[in-house]
Amino acid sequence: MGQRQYKLVTCTINGKERSAMVDVRASLTDMLRNEYELTSVKKGCEVGECGACNVIINGECFNSCIYLAVWAEGKDIRTLEGLEGPNGELSDIQQAFIDETAIQCGFCSPGFIMTAEEILERNKIYTDDELRKLLSGHLCRCTGYENILRAVKKTMYKRQGLEMPEDLQPNEDFHSTPDVGPYNRLTGETACIKEPRYSR
Amino acid sequence: MYDIKALYEAESVEDAIRLLTEHPEAQIIAGGSDVLVQIRGGRRAGKELVSIYMIDDMRGVSMLEDGTIRIGSLTSFYHIAEDPIVQKYIPVLGEAVSTVGSPQVRCIGTIGGNTCNGVTSADSSSTLHALDAIVEVTGPNGVRTLPIKEFYLGPGKVDLAHNEVQTAIMIPKAAYEGYYGNYIKYGMRNAMEIATTGCSVNVKLSDDKKTILDIRIGYGVAGPVPLRAVTAEAAGKGQPVSMDTVKLVSEKVLEDVKPRDSWRASKEFRLHLCKTMAERATIEAIKRAGGDI
Amino acid sequence: MLIGKSVPRVDAYDKATGRTKYTDDLCSRKAYIAKIVHSTITHGFVKSIDTSEAEKVPGVVKILTCFDAPEVDFPTAGHPYSNDPSHQDIADRHLLNRHVRYYGDEVAVVVAEDEVSAVQAMRKVKVEYEELPFVLDAQKAMEEGAPVLHDRAPNNCIAHTDIRKGNVEEAIKEPGLICVDGWYETPKVQHCHIENFLCYAYMENGRIVVVASTQIPHIVRRIIGQALSMDWGKIRVIKPYIGGGFGDKQDALYEPLCAWLTTQVGGHCVKLECTREETFTNCRVRHGIRTHIKSYLRPDGTPVARKFECWSNQGAYGSHGHGIAAKGMGVITQLYPCDNVEADAYTVYTNTGVAGAMRGYGIPQAMFAQECHCEDICRKLGLDPLEYRRKFSMPVGFYEPFSKNEQYFDTYNQCLDRAIEVTDYKNKVEAYKNQTGDIRRGIGIALSWYNTATYPISPETSSCRMVMNQDGSVQVQVGETEIGQGADTAYTQMAAETLGFPLHMVNVVSNQDTDVCPFGTGAYASRQTYTAGMGIRTAAEAFKKKILERAFKFTKIQPYLMDIEDGKIVRVTDGRVLMTMQELSLLSLYDKDDSEHLHIETTTSIRSNAYSFGCCIAEVEVDLKMCKCKLVNITNVHDVGTLINPALARAQVHGGMSMGIGFALSEVLLYDEKTGRLLNDNLLDYKLSTFMDHPHLEAQFIENAEPTSAYGTKGLGEPPVNPVAPAIRNAILNATDVACNELPMRPHLLFKRFKEENLI
Repeated sequence: MGQRQYKLVTCTINGKERSAMVDVRASLTDMLRNEYELTSVKKGCEVGECGACNVIINGECFNSCIYLAVWAEGKDIRTLEGLEGPNGELSDIQQAFIDETAIQCGFCSPGFIMTAEEILERNKIYTDDELRKLLSGHLCRCTGYENILRAVKKTMYKRQGLEMPEDLQPNEDFHSTPDVGPYNRLTGETACIKEPRYSR
Repeated sequence: MYDIKALYEAESVEDAIRLLTEHPEAQIIAGGSDVLVQIRGGRRAGKELVSIYMIDDMRGVSMLEDGTIRIGSLTSFYHIAEDPIVQKYIPVLGEAVSTVGSPQVRCIGTIGGNTCNGVTSADSSSTLHALDAIVEVTGPNGVRTLPIKEFYLGPGKVDLAHNEVQTAIMIPKAAYEGYYGNYIKYGMRNAMEIATTGCSVNVKLSDDKKTILDIRIGYGVAGPVPLRAVTAEAAGKGQPVSMDTVKLVSEKVLEDVKPRDSWRASKEFRLHLCKTMAERATIEAIKRAGGDI
Repeated sequence: MLIGKSVPRVDAYDKATGRTKYTDDLCSRKAYIAKIVHSTITHGFVKSIDTSEAEKVPGVVKILTCFDAPEVDFPTAGHPYSNDPSHQDIADRHLLNRHVRYYGDEVAVVVAEDEVSAVQAMRKVKVEYEELPFVLDAQKAMEEGAPVLHDRAPNNCIAHTDIRKGNVEEAIKEPGLICVDGWYETPKVQHCHIENFLCYAYMENGRIVVVASTQIPHIVRRIIGQALSMDWGKIRVIKPYIGGGFGDKQDALYEPLCAWLTTQVGGHCVKLECTREETFTNCRVRHGIRTHIKSYLRPDGTPVARKFECWSNQGAYGSHGHGIAAKGMGVITQLYPCDNVEADAYTVYTNTGVAGAMRGYGIPQAMFAQECHCEDICRKLGLDPLEYRRKFSMPVGFYEPFSKNEQYFDTYNQCLDRAIEVTDYKNKVEAYKNQTGDIRRGIGIALSWYNTATYPISPETSSCRMVMNQDGSVQVQVGETEIGQGADTAYTQMAAETLGFPLHMVNVVSNQDTDVCPFGTGAYASRQTYTAGMGIRTAAEAFKKKILERAFKFTKIQPYLMDIEDGKIVRVTDGRVLMTMQELSLLSLYDKDDSEHLHIETTTSIRSNAYSFGCCIAEVEVDLKMCKCKLVNITNVHDVGTLINPALARAQVHGGMSMGIGFALSEVLLYDEKTGRLLNDNLLDYKLSTFMDHPHLEAQFIENAEPTSAYGTKGLGEPPVNPVAPAIRNAILNATDVACNELPMRPHLLFKRFKEENLI
């Protein structure tokens, strides 16, 4: 494989300072997935068209597939793994993606959620058309983008403490309390194994 | 993992020039949204690269003492669009660069890269043509400037020696003061798109808003490199603000543009678009200038 | 009641946190990387391959060419196996090909220690070809003297089906009939799942393990066995979560090749990951279909006789073959029943990308032709398009002898009633009359239907296993896969409903492993909730009975006097809780005399299918001079029986509508007439709809419980695509009086058509 060129790259990843010797040929996607096992960073095209590998670098969104790993030096990088709380608590935007059924196959979701987070951190209210443009760096084949827009919009209003517009009112059949799913199993409903109280 | 032979990281413009001089085979990589894609595609695989991405001095928009707006070549499209100077004095450039690719691409893509790759479809370039932009190039012997029209030598070719770096793009005060513009990008969808054709129009009206004092029309993908519709401009200059003038200008555009047939769009279709877009962009620019049309 | 409740997806938390493991996330970073050498000609023979320069690239492990690979014919379609040889899928594929049949065909493969070395070597493999003429168009490929792709089909026609009903020639002698004659064409398009296809393979204890992004693990196992001439049991296929499939992954793609590669490198793990370009060029595409319809009608619109012909462009290899055109033709002839019908469908090899299954499976093409034609009839006869559809579409009581399906409800009128109410259709029709100017609006309507599952074409079977854990919760396994549509969540609701368990006590095992999972053919034909639903109900009812019988030992209460509520054994006479499921499970399992582990496994044969119905109303704004169509409103209404999970159902409809919008307005695979090469093999040049290309997508339902279905539900995954394109086409026609009879109605076509009609 010839003479390889490596470089020590030090950066902040999800709030912690990290260093690693990185092959200079590596993309940031390669580094995050292979070096740090941050596999929420997905590969969908590797040419910056699909948005699946999107991460936040110094507050702005980048497709990490077309970003050299060595450029991460000194940067503050955030991936989806960094959004949840220390005990696996979901952030509001993650919860909104679940509540609004904005997730299907889930492959575009990490990239989308990170762009949504970046938009939400601007603390502004955007129109639907503005949101569509701000979110247009991600391709999704499952959702038609409909529920993703709802999830982002809902969280935007919530964070600003404003009343939800009419089109965001929950559907009648919607059950907002998750009574299924691993998070709930862990935090609520699992019965621990006890001695049987019924015996012959 | 990219097929890169060697990567040299420049810390300053001087450093970049030195590295380029030392490595005659090396190519510059700025944001990489074109270069990395071409490496992956094989066109630039196995090459040595000089990365200028980390040179922060090359970023930012400023106004010089004489009113010239100076945009560092590494300024990303996103930062150009958000910049208060751009928004106040040359909003049409912000409008144009906001149509590039997608939000993430606008964060990595730089105005320098967009112009240095010499492609006709660059969304910034038609507007920079319509703004009479000046290109600043730094080399071993110092800094030189040239009009953007002259910077483009042919498809994929710009006036940049191997060991020179484009360091800024400048818009002189005379080129923007009193001008109002509109950029229309024609694409097959509304985002994540390369221009089928792009048209950027700048107009300056008389004080009474009745006469077109000056009109500048830039095009992308209407010829091998971005171009100015000089015949149409001459026809429009000094004419009254009216639909007849707009029609005249948009007809005359056909004498200036030379689009070609490709699988992306036929020549005939592009000619139709050039005319229609000149009409629509001129009307919008006149409206923005306060003209009644 | 857990059916009909919009509970969150069972996999939502993991997907929202990025923990969900897809194929690449599971693969060892030490795996060898395989890169395929694709042909740079469209048709011809490989004369020789020189690998000497490529071998010198450091890191290369092995280079294998079409001269090394076994020449075993194998099929790739994700259909169930058939014991009847005449009904088996076409076996026309090799691992690597000496006879190259499309631009990008597989001729050699490089295995290297890392990706860059593999790519470098792949580019250095020199292939010498003997070129042959090629053909890209299906009808041209059937002409005499056209290049022949496969010896099995001398005129390139894979199959021809003809439907004959009544007597068309006699019927058209009726005086006063009006003939409406139209040609309609749809292009090849691609699925564009965001996760590209990939798989990796390694050997373990003399067997091959393949982990693949597939919809059909059990079928893929069989096909790998066929391709490698190995016993099927020697192969184990594992399907993790997948990043979308839409039918593309209802095919054996490169799993057989990857499985073979690991055997060639001593069983070392080999990863074969498609690039986006390979996904476009080398995975499957939707069949492009050209349809010709001739209708003979009385002046009131009554169809007296109809003739259909269609040519389906298969591409270079058989894959799903004639199944698509045949399904489309079956649907098209039933939508507006007519006593006299002649229908002919041809599926034809051409030197283009291989067509397989794609969401809709022939129906989007058929519905485009049929619903454009319906509009053309209305225009020619001066009839109201809405009333025409109400009057002549499949009526209540319609019976189809082949599938034995019945139209049980007045579903089309119900769907239309809802759609016109939601869209304010009638007022808009009035408002959009007599427009002038460059910008015009229009509204259009289209119906569609889709038959769920594959019976009676293929046997339908679903196996289900339920295993009780010590805490009383249940693991549920089926072979019908989760591919993003939400199947696991629907299964959880179904199983919990029938067992009498709360949702959190039901764990659907998501990832199928053919060593462990009961047999099931996978995800396709919108069959999940229908077929697996029947399997789950059969298993759950039997399991519940078994649980209660076992509980009798401990409670001494007769099983028929006990029930399960909220996961507890209750006495029905007074509702008293007798024991928890955990108690029963522990007592039963650890009983000193007769330990019993509570579990069940059933296989259910499904001998029915169900028609899913729907309609779409689209509203457009057309900019004549800019040659652009902007979709401003779109509403789909579907009758897919009982909804298991309304929120997930709506989300499915959104996705289908989105795919329909792309099909209508922007998506097309462009093959170069001169070279045969696919020109737009990336997500920039292939115009998949972005966030900015959609208006709000309105999804509505009519819930007529399907009587043949275990939970009243029927196919939903595919139906939403089907009526969208013709509704948009009819809306453009309404706005401009210009009919576009081919897709996509992108600016290029609008420019051409508006010029032809002197609008610009």
